[in-house]
Parts: sequence; structure tokens; C-alpha cells
Amino acid sequence: MTNVQLEIQLVAVLVAVACALPGVYLVLRRAAMLSDAISHSILLGIVLAYFVVRDLSSPLLVIAAAATGVGTVWLVELLVRTRLVRSDAAIGLVFPTLFAVAVILISLYARSLHLDTDSVLLGEIAFAPFNRFEVAGRDLGPLSAWVMGGILLINVAFIALFYKELKLATFDPEFAAAQGFMPAAIRYALMTLVSITAVGAFDAVGSVLVVALMIAPAATALLISHRLGLVLAVAAAVAVWSALSGYWVAHVLDASIAGSMSTMCGIVFLLAYLFSPSTGLVAQVRRRQAVRMTFALKMLAVHLAQHERQPEAATENRAEHLTEHIRWTNDFAEKVVRRALSLGLIGQEDGKLFLTEKGRVLASESVIEDSV
Amino acid sequence: MVGAGWDIVLADALSSPTLRVVGTGSAILGAVSGALGCFALLRRQSLVGDAVSHAALPGIALVFLLTGTKTSLGLLTGAALAGWLGMLFVQAIVRTTRLDDDTALGLVLAVFFGFGLMLLTFLQRKPKASQAGLDTYLFGQAATMLREDVVLLSCVGVVLIAIIALFWKEFILITFDREYASTVGYPVHRLEILLTVLLVGAITLGLRTVGVILMSAMIVAPAAAARQWTNRSHRMVGLAALFGAIAGASGAILSSLVPNLPTGPTIVLIATTWALASLLIGGRRGLVWQWLRRRVLQRKLAEEAVLIGLYDLALAHGDERRGHSEGAIRALSPHAVGVRGRLRRLKQEGMVEETSPGSWILSKKGRDEAKHLVEKSRETS
Repeated sequence: MTNVQLEIQLVAVLVAVACALPGVYLVLRRAAMLSDAISHSILLGIVLAYFVVRDLSSPLLVIAAAATGVGTVWLVELLVRTRLVRSDAAIGLVFPTLFAVAVILISLYARSLHLDTDSVLLGEIAFAPFNRFEVAGRDLGPLSAWVMGGILLINVAFIALFYKELKLATFDPEFAAAQGFMPAAIRYALMTLVSITAVGAFDAVGSVLVVALMIAPAATALLISHRLGLVLAVAAAVAVWSALSGYWVAHVLDASIAGSMSTMCGIVFLLAYLFSPSTGLVAQVRRRQAVRMTFALKMLAVHLAQHERQPEAATENRAEHLTEHIRWTNDFAEKVVRRALSLGLIGQEDGKLFLTEKGRVLASESVIEDSV
Repeated sequence: MVGAGWDIVLADALSSPTLRVVGTGSAILGAVSGALGCFALLRRQSLVGDAVSHAALPGIALVFLLTGTKTSLGLLTGAALAGWLGMLFVQAIVRTTRLDDDTALGLVLAVFFGFGLMLLTFLQRKPKASQAGLDTYLFGQAATMLREDVVLLSCVGVVLIAIIALFWKEFILITFDREYASTVGYPVHRLEILLTVLLVGAITLGLRTVGVILMSAMIVAPAAAARQWTNRSHRMVGLAALFGAIAGASGAILSSLVPNLPTGPTIVLIATTWALASLLIGGRRGLVWQWLRRRVLQRKLAEEAVLIGLYDLALAHGDERRGHSEGAIRALSPHAVGVRGRLRRLKQEGMVEETSPGSWILSKKGRDEAKHLVEKSRETS
């Protein structure tokens, strides 16, 4: 691994983790699409500030961009308050407008810049090592690593300092307001963080993929854990893994690093969606099957108990007969009988089923349970 | 003169066959997305368009990668399939997890798009596979639209509109009262799927002209604008189609005339600007009219307060001919500022008289009016 490769991976990891942390709160607030709106409209802030200072590395660009991001949230809320449009339509009106203006300005007046429309969408994380951070002639590594490291530090510090306030304002804003925690202030602080993070990440991964890095790790973590602290940790871990694996996939395919990073985010989400032990699809199906089997075993026991010592027992209490009487399919009936045999609930003699002592207990318990 | 020069350019443009093709094509797509956008807007699914259009990108890239085709029909089929797949994912995530639809939309949007960009960059760096034309799908390009494209657009557009017309009653019903529709036995779920298919179709049509990034605005903006001008659903759909068509045609033509002006953002900016303008001045609900009506009402209330104040003063003194100063009236009025202007207006209306400078009394008309107001307020309280 060369130095350049290491540095790109460092920046990728910093970007991914810095995005994932505020992303958790956006997803919990059901405001995930605000990250889409913010990450698009910050471009207008960058472009306008560029026309004023004519310098792409000026810190003013970052400030203007972050301000536009917060302004977007404010505009959306303003539109919603008029009650003429709902919040989804308000988001859908505000950010395309700002983004369209930005793209038109770039195309008309800033074509020669490196701020072309391709880098807006893709970012240029591969170029990160070329822009160095030097103090008094000493090379301290890529500038974007320092910028993203700083943003990550701000995010971590904010979440650590206001952990309780954020949690309360996220899960129960009314109660937070009643307790004097100012949920509106917390919300705007969070949106400011999201905007700053989006601005920092914008250079590296472009406007759309910021959204992937903010939402996907958070959504994945929420499928795995229910505890906020753990969710934050899992989201950060998913972000690190997506950044590293995404880098190497891009390396092998010679494709966009940002694109591969968000693809890997998506793959991790898909895995969690299918296989998460608590909420995954497989676990859901398993659980449903287990409930169905438990119920079927009770049915079988009650059915056998019902016909025990009765003249029709010879015909009723046969494995083949279950399909007709309880309307089970052949396969399912066989499965239930096999399961009941292995659990020692029933015995079998010339194809005739009978209850064991254990099975009789289950049957009577089931009937009593039901009658209660 | 600059103006005369523009006249000639515009006249040239309108007679140019290329621009007529471009204008027609963009108008059709604007009309279709406007009409279908109404249903998305009313069903609170405005952001679905954003997800579908972004999710279409890997479809375009994959079709090109697998078949090497660059025909509109092939690429758009891929786009539609990928957009539809994205929608299925969104619905599955919302149904089977506790994540909300905003999260599902954002996730699918960004991940599909990232995957699409990965494929596109992969294609770009492959030797020989010139991918020229593929990246026009990002921000759209109307200028390269061919006659065949417009024919294709028109055919698909007509089919989409015809289906809306055919299922009009059902679509309106599931939009406004889903529970009732399902109670009286409409296949609500299947109708919703059909509506989503139509929406995916409309978005796919627009990708070539407006681009995947901003196509969602063509779903939201014309519909949001039309909503402000009418409360009737068929008028809303018609207006949205009209607005969409105008935005599409004018944006496409403008961007073909001005060098370097990107098509998609231009069309979108025209559409969203009109939507925001409609919020301000549209129909009776427009913000400007709301503000004006409130102003008129406030002024009327303030003038009534002056009349009542004078009436109370007259009653308190038991002398109707005794004049009162502005200061006394101000003390009794809930709106202290602007009393002088109100007195002057009331004088013009013949409600008050100025017996000597700075001394005011009610006229007979004013006294009747004030008495009437006081009695009315007593009745209501």
C-alpha cells in the first residue's frame, strides 16, 4: 500500500464517520430527506461565496455553504407554516430551486473552475492527497484529512456534550420543551452540524453520496440495535467498513471511490435487513414459523386428546388423517408429527398416533389456557 | 438595438426544426409529469419522484454495459426497471422494518445513485466503450433530442395520459379516501401499483431532458403550482399539465439558445419559480392576498374601534356635541398608532366631524354605526 492510498483511505474513513454520527439523529427524527435537501443546496452557498471572494480555498466558502444549509431547513419550515404545501412538497420545491440556480451559475460563469458539475456529483476524494496542509514549510498530511478530522471532532464533541439534550429533543420534543431544553435550538444546532459536515464531505464524495453516508449507516445500525449509544457505535463501524471496502472495490474496478463507498453502504444495509438477529427478514420469518409450529403442536395434542379412547380414534388419530381434519398440507402435517415425536409429546404404533404423558399435559394446558 | 436582435434570434429559433422538435418533446414530458405529479403531491409522496429518478441511473448504466445499446428505448427501459426496483425496496423497507419512509427513500436514492455512478465511471474508463451520451442523463440535454425520441415520448405520454383518464374515478378515490375505496371493494392495492408504474414511467420520460438529479422537481413543482389555483381535482391535473408543458418547452428552448445553459436546471428553475410565485399570488389562498385581506380587516377593526371610542366618550359625558381630542380617542383605542389617519378617513366617509381643529365628534351616521357595532358585540358576547 502506498502512502497516497493510505491517505485516501484515511480521508474516506473520516468523511464516512463524520457523516454517520449526525445521520443517526436525522433518521431518528424521520428527517432523513433533509440531508438530501441540505447537501444539494449548500452548492449555492459555495458558488455565491466563490463569486465574492474568488478563492476556492477560502474558509468563507464553508461558512456560506453551512449557512445555506441551515437556511434551507428554515425555508422548508417557512413553507410548511404557510400551510399551502406539506413538508414533503416543501422539501421538493426548495432544494431543486437552489441547486438549479447553483448549477446554472457554474455552467454560465465558472466553467473553467475545477468546480464543474461532475465534481459536484462525484467529489474527488482521489485528489485529496494532492492538497497538502503545510505549517512553516512542514508537510502535515492532506488538508482534507485535517478538515474532516476537525469536523468529526466537532460532531463527537457536540454529541458527547449534549447527549442527554439531543436524546430528549429527538424522542420527545414536547417534554423537552416543557423541561426547558429548547428543542428548537437543539434542532437548529443539529442542522448546522449536518450542514457543516455536508460541506466538508461535499469535496470528497459529492452532493448525492453525502446522503448515502448519512442515512445508510444509521439505518443499518437501527436494524441491529435499539439503544442509542450502541446505534451510534454500530453506525460508525459500518461507516468505517464501507469506506475501506469501498476504496478497494473502486481500486479493483478503477471506478469512482465515492460511488463504491455508497454501494458498500447499501450492501451492508441489505445484509442487516436480511440477517439482523432481532429485526432481519430471516429472523422475522423464523419467528413466524416458530409460532406456527408451537401452535400446531398444541393443536395436534388437543386433537389426539379429543379422540382418545373413542371409537373413531382408530381413524382419526392417524398421521394421514390430519390433512383432512385440521386442514394441514401433507408436508406440514409430517413436519409437525416428526417434531412432536422428537419432543416426546406423542408416540406412534402401526401408523396410529397416541399421546404420551407429556403430550397429555400439553393438551390439557392448552385447553385450559384457551378457556381462560 | 439589443431588443431587435433578440427578436430575430427568437424568430429564427421558432422556425428552426431542431428547436421545434426539442420544444415539443420537452412540453410533452412536462405535461405528463405535471399531471401525474398531482397524484404524488396529493398522496404526500412528493419525494418518491426523487428516489425513482435517482434509482434509475444504475438501470441506464447496466443496460449499456450489458447490451452496448445507446438507443433511447433500451436505456429508458433499463431506467424504468431500476426505478421500479428502487420503489419496491422503499415499500419493502417501510413495511417490514421500523424505519420511516423518509429514511427508506433517502437510502434507496443515494445507494442506487452511488451504484450507478460507480458503473458509469467504470464504463468511462473502459477502452473503446465511448459512453458519450450517458452523462447527459445526469443534468439532461434537450438539444440532442431527435425526431424519433419525440415520437417515442409522445406515444408513451399519450398512453400514460389515457390510463389516467380511464381510471380517473378510481385514482381520485384512492387519493382522497383510501379506506372508503377499499370498503366499497375497489382493488386499492392494485390501483396504487398502477399509479406508481405510471409515475415511474413519467419520470423515466423526463430523464433525458431534465436529468436524474432534478427530475423530481418536475413532479412536485407543476402540481404544487396548480394546487394553488384551484380546489377541483380535474382542473388541478389540467393546470399542472399546462404548467409543466410551458416550463418544459420554454426551458428547453432557452437552454438551446444560450450557450452553456444546462437544460435540466433551466426547466426546473422555471417550474419551481412559477410554483413559488403561485404560492404568493395563486387563487384565494395566495400569501399576498391573505396578507392584503388581513390588512383590510385590521384597518376596518381599527376604524370601528375609533367610532366605538368616540361613542363611549359621548355616553360618558352625556353630551354628544362635545368634541374630543385625538389623545382621548387614542387612550380608548387598542391600536394607538395611526389614529389621526383613521379619523381623517372616517371624516371622508361622513362618520365623524371636526368641530374645531383637533376636536372630534360623531356625526349622526357615525353614531348610528357605533351604536349598531356596540349592540352587535354585546349580542355575540
